Amino acid sequence: MKHITDFTIITNQRETDEFVVLTLQHPGELPSMVPGQFAEVRVDGAENAFLRRPLSIHDVDYSNNTIKLLIQEVGEGTRVLAKLKSGDQLNLVYPLGTGYSLPKSNRVLLVGGGCGVAPLLFLGRHFVENGIRPKFLIGGRTAATLIRLDAYEQLGDVYVTTEDGSAGHKGFVIHHPIMKTETPEFDHIYTCGPDAMMKVLAKYAGSRGITCQVSLENHMACGFGACLCCVTPTVDGHKCTCVDGPVFDSKYLKWEI
Amino acid sequence: MGNLKVQLGELSLSNPVMTASGTFGYGEEYADFIDINALGGIVVKGTTLHAREGNAYPRMAETPKGMLNAVGLQNKGVDGFINDIYPRIKNFKTNILVNVSGSTVEEYVETAEKINELDAIPGIELNISCPNVKEGGMAFGTSCPSAIAVTNAVRKVYKKHLMVKLSPNVTDITEIAKGVEGSGADSVSLINTLLGMAIDVNSRKPVLSTITGGLSGPCVKPVALRMVWQVSQAVNVPVVGMGGIASAEDAIEFLLAGASAIQIGTANFIDPTITIKVINGIREYLERNQMDDVKQLTGALITG
Ligand SMILES: Cc1cc2nc3c(=O)[nH]c(=O)nc-3n(C[C@H](O)[C@H](O)[C@H](O)COP(=O)(O)OP(=O)(O)OC[C@H]3O[C@@H](n4cnc5c(N)ncnc54)[C@H](O)[C@@H]3O)c2cc1C
Ligand SMILES: Cc1cc2nc3c(=O)[nH]c(=O)nc-3n(C[C@H](O)[C@H](O)[C@H](O)COP(=O)(O)O)c2cc1C
Ligand code: FES
Repeated sequence: MKHITDFTIITNQRETDEFVVLTLQHPGELPSMVPGQFAEVRVDGAENAFLRRPLSIHDVDYSNNTIKLLIQEVGEGTRVLAKLKSGDQLNLVYPLGTGYSLPKSNRVLLVGGGCGVAPLLFLGRHFVENGIRPKFLIGGRTAATLIRLDAYEQLGDVYVTTEDGSAGHKGFVIHHPIMKTETPEFDHIYTCGPDAMMKVLAKYAGSRGITCQVSLENHMACGFGACLCCVTPTVDGHKCTCVDGPVFDSKYLKWEI
Repeated sequence: MGNLKVQLGELSLSNPVMTASGTFGYGEEYADFIDINALGGIVVKGTTLHAREGNAYPRMAETPKGMLNAVGLQNKGVDGFINDIYPRIKNFKTNILVNVSGSTVEEYVETAEKINELDAIPGIELNISCPNVKEGGMAFGTSCPSAIAVTNAVRKVYKKHLMVKLSPNVTDITEIAKGVEGSGADSVSLINTLLGMAIDVNSRKPVLSTITGGLSGPCVKPVALRMVWQVSQAVNVPVVGMGGIASAEDAIEFLLAGASAIQIGTANFIDPTITIKVINGIREYLERNQMDDVKQLTGALITG
């Protein structure tokens, strides 16, 4: 069931120049959500942000009825959202889309880049609650672009790469030593981030018999299957990333990799 | 309490608020948010004789107070509609109109014939105006003879309410409106999207895969309102107005300009409950102005 609800901002925590984390209070009992699902957030008071903005559910606390959104400021809409203050209202249509599915084995690697780390915290927590200890591999341009590593470290092992080598291993996520071993320590990859990164991971997984679930960031107008603007080519033809995705098994996508 | 019922020829609507094709899926997508049966009617996705994959992504670009789309009539084809979708939606207690499109007169006719057999579909909206389809839509709606030809041909086989949806991408929309009225249209709806484009200056490429696409949303409202006003002066059949409606005030403007009913499109994306708010807002407007029937608003524009 989808809802349209006014949440109240409790905190707006600035993480870096680019990133903030909003904690939102739900007025009653939160509906259940699946990691990888997202919300369509109405941006009030922006001159040009007309459509809602899709944002992943970053974290959920059912006991306090709060959720978190991790926001990277990239344009007018996200800049306006990043300025929200405690006490402000935020209107969400949620939970939307098909999230990640649980694996058949416990050996999981969660790989994120940029704002793509957002859904992986909720996913990691979900694994921990199901008795699975996840490994995280997080990539960034520089040490300063890595966000909330401590939160991920509370859930599992965290491996890091940066393009300039200022933190963790130097290079892209695919260059990290844990990806290099002949027999990887994981059977399932869960990833969200730039397409180029996810394609490399899909290729890696495909050649090793590992499954790879990717989360796409197509531009959306509605977020719930009404407009057909957000499609991606799949083996079954065009599918909506907002309803059939945003998470897909990489083998289902018609990706040139 | 003011009466909200309106008539479009033989078609009775519980209120003048309908949803616009391509923005409301098959109604089901909104069932978590609103009571679909509270609407005057819904117009479902553009339906063609054969299934279509639509245009390549990107199909959407946000623009100031609006958006461009180039969906390209992705749909399962009329048989897919009849077999897969119709059984799921036929029990909605509102008027379900199917938006029919095609690339030849024969395709329109064959699609309309099949939909004519469906008991729970009281009418079709003939989309002669979709600007997305290279080989089809555009041509019919932008020349008077072809608009007349397709309306005539469909009228011969389609026995229920025939609404013809007009393209704004023409020099004189009243000529086309008069043409389709003369060919048997029971009502006309307007406007479809305005042809537009957007460019990404960083890549120097068009944003849409099709280069151009259809503009909708609040930014088109003044143009749509002008055309609804012009058309309602030119024809006797009921006019259904749309283009940028996002509030009860917007809807009332269209009624005053001459529309008997209205459709809401893009605004559903930002507020999936907007249709119900507009219905309630029209009711309150009638009360505030001590009017007892919404029909009193149609064409009640005061000029001079
Ligand atoms: C399922 C999903 C989950 C997402 N989760 C997050 C998240 O958790 N945190 C986060 O910071 N960002 C996330 N994004 C990306 C976020 O939606 C965009 O960064 C945001 O819409 C940009 O809006 P803007 O006004 O700041 O930028 P502008 O560039 O001004 O936006 C212009 C238009 O393009 C669209 N757009 C621009 N970039 C993107 C993008 N990457 N993806 C989708 N639409 C885009 C906007 O929605 C808007 O319609 C997610 C996207 C999707 C599809
Ligand atoms: C994503 C999208 C898809 C559309 N698809 C169709 C369609 O299949 N057939 C049609 O006749 N009009 C289609 N339209 C046009 C709308 O029905 C409507 O005429 C137009 O958007 C103007 O109304 P609005 O400003 O309220 O959206 C589409 C519009 C949008 C935004
Ligand atoms: S964004 Fe409208 S269908 Fe996916």
